[in-house]
Amino acid sequence: MNILEVEKLKTYFFTEAGVVKALDDVSFSIPKGSTLGLVGESGSGKTVTAQSVLRIVPKPGKIVGGSILFEGENLLPKKEGEMRKFRGKKISLIFQDPTSSLNPLFTIGDQLGDIVVQHMKLKKSEANEWVIKTLKLAKLPDPENALNFYPHQFSGGMKQRICIARALLLSPKLLFADEPTTNLDVTIQAQIISLLKDLQRDLGMTLVMITHDMGIVADMCKWVVVLYAGNVMEIGPIDKIFEEPHPYTEALLKAIPRLDQTKELVFIPGNIPNLIDPPSGCKFHPRCQYAREICKEKIPPLEDIGDGHFVSCHRWKELNNRGR
Amino acid sequence: MAPLLEVKGLVKYFPAYSRGIFRKKIVGNVHAVDGISFSVNESETVGLVGESGCGKTTTGKLILYLEKPTKGEILFDGKNAIEIFENGSKEEKMKLRRSMQMVFQNPYASLDPRMTVFDIISEPFKIHKHVPRSEWKERVYKLLELVGLEPYHAERYPHEFSGGQRQRICIARAIAVEPRFIIADEPVSSLDVSIRAQILKLIMDLQHRLGVSYLYISHDLSSVRQISQRVMVMYLGEIVEAAPTAELFDHSIHPYTRALISAVPIPDPKRKMNIILLQGEVPSAINPPSGCRFHPRCKYATSKCKEEKPSIVEVDEGHYVSCHYYAEFA
Repeated sequence: MNILEVEKLKTYFFTEAGVVKALDDVSFSIPKGSTLGLVGESGSGKTVTAQSVLRIVPKPGKIVGGSILFEGENLLPKKEGEMRKFRGKKISLIFQDPTSSLNPLFTIGDQLGDIVVQHMKLKKSEANEWVIKTLKLAKLPDPENALNFYPHQFSGGMKQRICIARALLLSPKLLFADEPTTNLDVTIQAQIISLLKDLQRDLGMTLVMITHDMGIVADMCKWVVVLYAGNVMEIGPIDKIFEEPHPYTEALLKAIPRLDQTKELVFIPGNIPNLIDPPSGCKFHPRCQYAREICKEKIPPLEDIGDGHFVSCHRWKELNNRGR
Repeated sequence: MAPLLEVKGLVKYFPAYSRGIFRKKIVGNVHAVDGISFSVNESETVGLVGESGCGKTTTGKLILYLEKPTKGEILFDGKNAIEIFENGSKEEKMKLRRSMQMVFQNPYASLDPRMTVFDIISEPFKIHKHVPRSEWKERVYKLLELVGLEPYHAERYPHEFSGGQRQRICIARAIAVEPRFIIADEPVSSLDVSIRAQILKLIMDLQHRLGVSYLYISHDLSSVRQISQRVMVMYLGEIVEAAPTAELFDHSIHPYTRALISAVPIPDPKRKMNIILLQGEVPSAINPPSGCRFHPRCKYATSKCKEEKPSIVEVDEGHYVSCHYYAEFA
């Protein structure tokens, strides 16, 4: 069963320079209890997807079309008051930068305790108990004392553990982790990834890992959605994505240096497109080595090619038959 | 052949002050770089890896005398660089500055937003006066072409460029003085994944064409492997292991290097990750641990590691390790 079904989601930003189509007909779904990787470069719409699901798209952004079904319920027509019952409680989010997402003026106990007091209607002392329990879950050392500390007294890795605990306070069913390790060192990144894996397994949560690191995706995720310039390029089980990738995914995999091998890097020419005036047809065509006339003219549909693998490419079948 | 750059026992301590409104008291020293030695050969790329705060960037700045070293010696092309920067004549200093350049981490912060690309790239000509004014235009266009930009880009301002293009401008500015040695401090870490390969390739191409040497500073081991001939691993101000690239990645010895390598996710779902999880985080550099600085996080640590500082040993040709138990790990 799918915990989340996103259908033809359109989120546009109405800026002075023009309309930025951050998400343009994005559709995907997440099976309950699995880990899904949402992959893409900056500006591909990864973060906006999470924001849209939680309905916290910042101004001048607006969701202009589509539907978001969470456990069968459409979230888009809901009023603000109703959405509050979902945010944090059912769907939660770990923000990208732990340093700027914690309030520097309040102690950890105050800012995490507040959430519990507000939503669970507990007394302050009970709330503290609950916060300590959750901090333990995130494996923060010495959680009892941590309550009295301010965010600046923790290192980056510790802050991320606190942010993870904050996201888990109300036992959400679906957790978005937005590049949770981008600002961390590799050894700390390994600790955080292992923590997220354990939590997902032990709590039976559905986890959406938003990242640009194909290594993390390969390590953690069962399903992958690849975004490029606000469009879904492909969706599929992890093995298929790596074995029979969309030309963009293929190019991305060839362009990243790997630690376990030395190879000639094949770089992707050009730059990430401007979303105010995106390329016609397939948005990747100006940078795609396989592009033909048709790619310039027509937007390729997201085609089901079996085994849960969906690809949006005019030439995928032909390329795959030929063997790459 | 003598190496182009030779660093011997380089030390940099930053004073740490106690908090107070009226009086500042030095309460200790941040041991940013603590006695490192290495060399870089002509047309060679040496990678310097380590986690944040380990002293990578400070090392780069010390070599260029952007920070004053506390102790140690830096020989560039056989000449004592620190001596020249401190007491040399203006001509000598300028000459040395011309031969060593730096490319910074953040191309958004390292370009003056009010200068056109032409002004940015020709500024070194103005300072070093090695190109007559009549040839500036031609030279700027040539540099732009070298880094993969177009002549018309010269009239534009930095904000009109993407991150990757800005980094190209920074590289053009660095090579404008025809340096022999460039310190590249995390030149790709702020760029998008699909753009990183472009810049790495450009850096490698320029080495072939111009024969420059690089000190490539990064925390990203994958890109270090891609670009360097030799790699040094730094931890809390010290070099713990150094070896030719393939040797370091395939036969690492130091427990820290091993943990670091194992922690990098490999983009291959079939490969089972075998991560060596390190406990805790990098300790403070104000009071670094006694003995081997890695011992509080090392699962093999013994009382010897706590008490005695390991010396650096050459275990194989060009492969240096600083660990008491190197023989057991080899």
